[in-house]
Amino acid sequence: MRAKKAKSPRFWIALAVPGMIWLLVLFIVPVYAVLAIAMGKLDQMLEAPVAVWNPVDWSSSNVIDVWRDIFGGASFAGPILARTIAYTTIAALVCLLIGYPCAYFVARFAGRRKGLFLVLLIAPFWISYMMRMLAWIDLLATGGYVNKALGWLGIDPVNWLGGHSVTVVFGLVYGYIPYLIMVLFAGLDRIDGSLLEAGRDLGLGRVRTFIHVTLPLSRQPILTGLLITVLPMLGDYYTNQMLSGAAHTSMIGNLIQGQLGTPGLEGQGAVLSLLLLLVLLIPMVYYVIATNREAASR
Amino acid sequence: MTATSDAGTSPAAATAVPVSPGNARRLPRRSPWGHPWFLEGFTWLYLLWSLAPIVIAVLFSFNNGRSQSAWQGFSWRWYFTDHTNSVLHNPQLHAAVSQTVRLSVLTTLIAVPLGVAFALGLNRWRGSLPATFNFVMLLSYVIPELIFGVSMFFVFTTLFTSVHLGTLAEVLGLVTWNVSWPAIIVQARLATLGRQYEEAAADLGANQFQVIRRVLLPLLAPAIFASAVLVFSGVIDDFVIVDLLSSSAGNTPMSVIIYTTQHGGNGGPALNALGSIMLAMSLAIVILGYIGYRLLSRGERGGLDALTAIVGEG
Repeated sequence: MRAKKAKSPRFWIALAVPGMIWLLVLFIVPVYAVLAIAMGKLDQMLEAPVAVWNPVDWSSSNVIDVWRDIFGGASFAGPILARTIAYTTIAALVCLLIGYPCAYFVARFAGRRKGLFLVLLIAPFWISYMMRMLAWIDLLATGGYVNKALGWLGIDPVNWLGGHSVTVVFGLVYGYIPYLIMVLFAGLDRIDGSLLEAGRDLGLGRVRTFIHVTLPLSRQPILTGLLITVLPMLGDYYTNQMLSGAAHTSMIGNLIQGQLGTPGLEGQGAVLSLLLLLVLLIPMVYYVIATNREAASR
Repeated sequence: MTATSDAGTSPAAATAVPVSPGNARRLPRRSPWGHPWFLEGFTWLYLLWSLAPIVIAVLFSFNNGRSQSAWQGFSWRWYFTDHTNSVLHNPQLHAAVSQTVRLSVLTTLIAVPLGVAFALGLNRWRGSLPATFNFVMLLSYVIPELIFGVSMFFVFTTLFTSVHLGTLAEVLGLVTWNVSWPAIIVQARLATLGRQYEEAAADLGANQFQVIRRVLLPLLAPAIFASAVLVFSGVIDDFVIVDLLSSSAGNTPMSVIIYTTQHGGNGGPALNALGSIMLAMSLAIVILGYIGYRLLSRGERGGLDALTAIVGEG
């Protein structure tokens, strides 16, 4: 048996190689290209970035520029970074506060209606993100239903789309909460019911069973769920742009996207992308390892 | 609204609550503490908040007027009757629909075979090189889309300059971004299958190609199908990559059109119509995917499994 398997490794290698070459040319090389541009120079005539592929010739001018933007006297990137952290943290926590009870309910108590709830929870995955934002733009517009409802309560209409932090955070929560709920649901659904029964048999009430059994067991899903919402939020520029568009609510995603189209600033955009990647690399690797472990234990 | 009416329909379930410990074992799904009405109400409220805006947006795509908040009667005006502004007659919107379909088809046709072969190969080829590439593939799955899009933008504007921004760049970017779906899902399926089927086939004299064609591919069919559905619908909904890699109106898909025309809330109902068409496309793919997955796996896995499989959680 063993000999038979070992007989044709070349066959399996041939199957894997196209994918490997694809990833090499169109994933590893592009990421290196960002590095080469971040450490590259600027063509003064064309105001176009010049990639420097050889690490020996790397220049630090872009990095120094970005450093000045963030920490320098006339810093404009510093507040953007602080705002990004604040918005993302608040939005992720709100996602968790809303998402956990829903996932908990569907995983533990939905019973025969679990399928129905699951379909409804999954539905946003299949609706284009842009369509979901468009829907809220209609509702939040000056003459939209939200302001009409406020009018019923005697509150003056609010220009929700005119550059409010609240609207941006709201949009981020609305946009990314389905991902968190799915991860939480998958984790909570896997908790062995007999553990909860054991808790009850030992005399714990509903609340204490939750605190002493369910909550500790859901630490891992909460962590991966938060990760899967925070990672895209940090690269999000469209939610912000659609729901606010104002400079005083912009996040790091807006900064990078803006520099990408601006002659002379693309090198700095590359530095900022790398910075973001560097910060996120640890959580990314953690996520890969955690989900691998989870898949192996299934 | 739906929350209260639905909650009211099943009081019988709640009255059966005082269960003795012996009973609980026969009814393992029921909570011994009675039904948590508050949690159920909360969940319904969340679902209402999550889905009602979409329903309203779709409704207003049929509005016989410009307003997004005052109903003026039903019409197909924004889909095809209006001769200048409907999705059918506005060249930009029209082109966007066909570009989305083109990108979805091309990406699925390339990414799925590539990813399936990659998964099959890596599953059997032991060593540090394949393990490294598996890790790279997983990184491509979790890297934030903006960073990925930026790297694609730079590589096509500075290194592979013969690939101009446009359809080719979009397809190359989308394939790289989506190839991890089939790779991950097929690997997971291979792990649960084990080797016994292939070994049996090999003992009966099948060669490598026959093993793949007659044994592995039929067993992997549900996984391959599920990943094709995920890739196809993922491309329909994709925004960042196509936004950064599109170059002109001719190669701009629907999601980017909605984004660029929406600034300030002046899009008009034709955009709602465009969004509704996207929604209908995704929905058709999902329903097709669900039915197909259940047929292919021949009831081996339940409906819930099929559901979670087509969102990639299975």
